Amino acid sequence: MVDDGAGSMSLICWSGDLDKVWPQYILATTGAAYGMDVMMFCTFWGLFPLKRAEVRITGDNWMTKLVGMANNPRLTHLNFAGAGPQMMRQIASAQGVAPPEELMQTAIEMGVRIAPCQMTMDLMGLTYDDLIDGLDQPMGAAAAVAHMKDAEIQLFI
Amino acid sequence: MADTTQTLDCSGLACPMPIVKTRQAMDGLSSGDLLEVISTDRGSCTDIPAWTQSTGHTLQEQREEDGGRYVFLIQKG
Repeated sequence: MVDDGAGSMSLICWSGDLDKVWPQYILATTGAAYGMDVMMFCTFWGLFPLKRAEVRITGDNWMTKLVGMANNPRLTHLNFAGAGPQMMRQIASAQGVAPPEELMQTAIEMGVRIAPCQMTMDLMGLTYDDLIDGLDQPMGAAAAVAHMKDAEIQLFI
Repeated sequence: MADTTQTLDCSGLACPMPIVKTRQAMDGLSSGDLLEVISTDRGSCTDIPAWTQSTGHTLQEQREEDGGRYVFLIQKG
């Protein structure tokens, strides 16, 4: 990470909804463009975008099977049972908006630290190997708060 | 080598990619070098001035050309 003395940004990424994941990674890459030390702490639904595509949360009882419904990111509005996100992606693509997956890779290339929440991983039965490459080591709330304490910008998305 | 002018064409890219690519291009330049950025994203008209001011670079020129092309000339700080 290039440190321009530009300060730091701490993003608590809680949502896995497409229309929130998008701004999480837009802000992260923009912060990195400013030379900021950007840390994303991905917890609860915010952990889902970090799963490898082939890893599905299948669950071994009815409760964890329900959690697996979050495998496909939805929209907070106009979801239309899953058709909404596809429409949103098509509209975004036509406008030249990079998809979240590309922004995520760009963020990693720019030195954004993406830390999965250890507790959420345990809850969902995910190991570090189930997650995409280039992530920071999993951390807990205290490590996240330690970064937030010193960050000029802290956001919960 | 100072005063090299490099052109970065961000046509068709929306926020935040013009700024992200500008940053990446700037990393490869030396202080005093010039970078010309072309964007078709209207947001760049506010983003690039804000970014250059905050990161210590100088926006030497900003103009709008026909066809919704915005051209920025930035000198690396």
